[in-house]
Amino acid sequence: MFLRQSSLVLRKYLKNTHKLKLFSTSTSTIDYPGAQVIWSGNLSFTNSHSYPPISTYRVLNSKGQITNNSEDPKLSNDVLEKMYKDMVLLNVMDKILYESQRQGRISFYMTNFGEEAAQIGSAAALSIEDLVYGQYREAGVLLWRGFTIADFVNQCYGNVEDKGKGRQMPVHYGSKKLNFVTISSPLTTQMPQAAGAAYALKGKNKVVICYFGEGAASEGDAHAAFNFATTLDCPVIFFCRNNGYAISTPADEQYRGDGIAARGPGYGLNTLRVDGNDVFAVYNATLKAKEFALARNKPVLIEALTYRVSHHSTSDDSSAYRPADEVTHWATHLNPVNRLRLYLEHNSLWNEDKQKEWMKECRKNVLTVFEEGEKKVKPHWNEMFTDVYKDIPDHLKKQMEEMAQHVEQYKDKYPVKNFS
Amino acid sequence: MANLRIPINSNFTSRFVSFLNRSFSTNKALNAQPMTVRDALNSAIDEEMEKDERVFILGEEVAQYDGAYKVSRGLWKKYGDKRVIDTPITEMGFAGIAVGAAMAGLKPVCEFMTFNFSMQAIDHVINSAAKTFYMSAGRVNVPIVFRGPNGAASGVGAQHSQCYGAWYAHCPGLKVISPYTSEDCKGLLKAAIRDPDPVVFLENELLYGVQFPMSDEALSKDFIIPIGKAKIEKPGKHITLVAHSRAVDTCLIAAKELAGQGIEAEVINLRSLRPLDMDAINASVMKTNHLISVEQGWPTCGIGSEVLARIMESEVFFHLDQPAIRITGVDTPMPYAKTLEEAALPRASDVVTAVKKILKA
Ligand SMILES: Cc1ncc(C[n+]2csc(CCOP(=O)(O)OP(=O)(O)O)c2C)c(N)n1
Ligand SMILES: [Mg+2]
Repeated sequence: MFLRQSSLVLRKYLKNTHKLKLFSTSTSTIDYPGAQVIWSGNLSFTNSHSYPPISTYRVLNSKGQITNNSEDPKLSNDVLEKMYKDMVLLNVMDKILYESQRQGRISFYMTNFGEEAAQIGSAAALSIEDLVYGQYREAGVLLWRGFTIADFVNQCYGNVEDKGKGRQMPVHYGSKKLNFVTISSPLTTQMPQAAGAAYALKGKNKVVICYFGEGAASEGDAHAAFNFATTLDCPVIFFCRNNGYAISTPADEQYRGDGIAARGPGYGLNTLRVDGNDVFAVYNATLKAKEFALARNKPVLIEALTYRVSHHSTSDDSSAYRPADEVTHWATHLNPVNRLRLYLEHNSLWNEDKQKEWMKECRKNVLTVFEEGEKKVKPHWNEMFTDVYKDIPDHLKKQMEEMAQHVEQYKDKYPVKNFS
Repeated sequence: MANLRIPINSNFTSRFVSFLNRSFSTNKALNAQPMTVRDALNSAIDEEMEKDERVFILGEEVAQYDGAYKVSRGLWKKYGDKRVIDTPITEMGFAGIAVGAAMAGLKPVCEFMTFNFSMQAIDHVINSAAKTFYMSAGRVNVPIVFRGPNGAASGVGAQHSQCYGAWYAHCPGLKVISPYTSEDCKGLLKAAIRDPDPVVFLENELLYGVQFPMSDEALSKDFIIPIGKAKIEKPGKHITLVAHSRAVDTCLIAAKELAGQGIEAEVINLRSLRPLDMDAINASVMKTNHLISVEQGWPTCGIGSEVLARIMESEVFFHLDQPAIRITGVDTPMPYAKTLEEAALPRASDVVTAVKKILKA
């Protein structure tokens, strides 16, 4: 059956090939189905030198001044202050939790230093109904949305108040209320999933934003996500935090070509590249991306150029693979938090007194919450058996009952008081 | 059979200490010099790279960074970019590249930062590496080693704490190794690199820093342990405990405790999961007439299931005085919380209880 049909097709094709000669006209284009055609008589490579690098959008210069007034996002003083305060609070929390890991009080931690503007700027441009898929270095996004310091600390301690029931490693936050999908360890799985979620949310007047690192962009899932988001017209913003490193691997060993942004047009993605250390540039870009995604039901790629001032995680010591000067340069001269502070100070919205007061408040807040979090009991032991399936299967139920009996019998031998 | 586990209050510190102070069963070991598992693995790769120019290592962070767990320490300095290759973060990509390089005559050692991330690459491991020799009618072999830490580490949660022993052991075409001691690691990794077939080499993160004695013989550059041979870590006559990787340690601790109560357990370190050394297990069971398998992986279709099924299918079944049982990790994803994590894995006390139950002691 199949054979006969294909031979019919072949016969038709051969017939038409002859016809083609008869009908061929002098027009200069043919509609090949796979791409647009522009004829050329020159045989030459197309490569990264064929066009200039993709430009990088910036609003605030490194002195904290708006260079082009028409690009001023004109944010209210409240929003500006919240942006800055959240950045500082994020820094203080990171510092304390990082140190608590060093002291062996939690098993692992990842800080966000250097990427505050990329996180806060993008978070501020979206509404809480928009769904977030993160990678792991996006605590600022959660903070902006209202995740409290207690929420962060309880997760890192996996105590009874951790919404995740102590089931995940530190920094694998999630919040249904804040529309932030729980962080998943295997890299880049969030990208096709975000495209899928955006597909499902089409027409609901929301977008999905999906954060990923330039390292994660090497996984095959990134390709799948770009290709599906464009072909299925999904209102998703792919937000790349290009911070120059993936653990010890520098960006120039991770990929060749003009960053992650250059991949966008290849997939038919509308693409923006911004100075990721400029909170206003990030804000404007994300807002524009959202408006576009909603109006056209199409994905957008944003590449935010930034720098990972942090070590990769508490398991990493970055002095082994990058010069200290490089880090200091980014942490001081190009520090995104300082840049916003300079802007606020120019506009009399912030000063040294306010800084001191806010720092003090942050430290007190984080330390108090931290001490409380450490003292809280752990989730009930029977949580070990729940949520594997919606209904607990019989074999797990039986084991759970045996364990209950056993714990009851030997309660003097177990630290039962440490569990809820 | 997690329902046989009767946990006794086991304080983490004391367990950890007993883990380090384990007594060794072989006499040879007494005057042998200690070496960490990490160094044993490192020297195996180093020696094979020195010996055979076709051997090279690739993976995330293996070069200047010395590997996420420092197993490739110093190799980049010694062999350079050509033979120690940092890759972009694409497991599917570098596993595929390794398979291609192996098909073309090189001998790649492909490091997964952890075997959990090998899931991204499993099509290359199973559909390409494992099957190509067969599919090409024996014309193209794929001499490759996929290695990295496997199984539960500590405090890294559900997505980083999974044993892939049973997954890979399921597949014809692969050889699967799950070593325990430094000698195992050195001898078996060298054998794996020299092997003409694809080998999955499952290390254990928590053992990397542990020192084991290395015999003079094991320090030699010609030291090879044959793939597919188990090792009796501790002889005994009352019951056979079969385990692999860190679960061997659990069994040795249990065996020591049982010895104090007059029960002599024989502890078998499987070393290879495929092929499985049934001769060694059979011989032991014929001697002890009792069998328990111990593993950190899940119960369903696990390594223990396989061992027990094979016993059931053979004459040796009639030598059992009691049904054989499995002690495994709990049938749930790995909890993050330390206490729950400990409770989710087989403990020495679980083994002791199970042994006593079987022996009605
Ligand atoms: C599939 C997979 N492979 C490897 C890892 C280990 N890993 C965790 S983070 C990371 C680096 C990611 O770098 P990047 O995407 O640039 O993000 P950044 O840390 O710079 O924010 C790697 C290799 C992982 N989690 N998942
Ligand atoms: Mg990065």
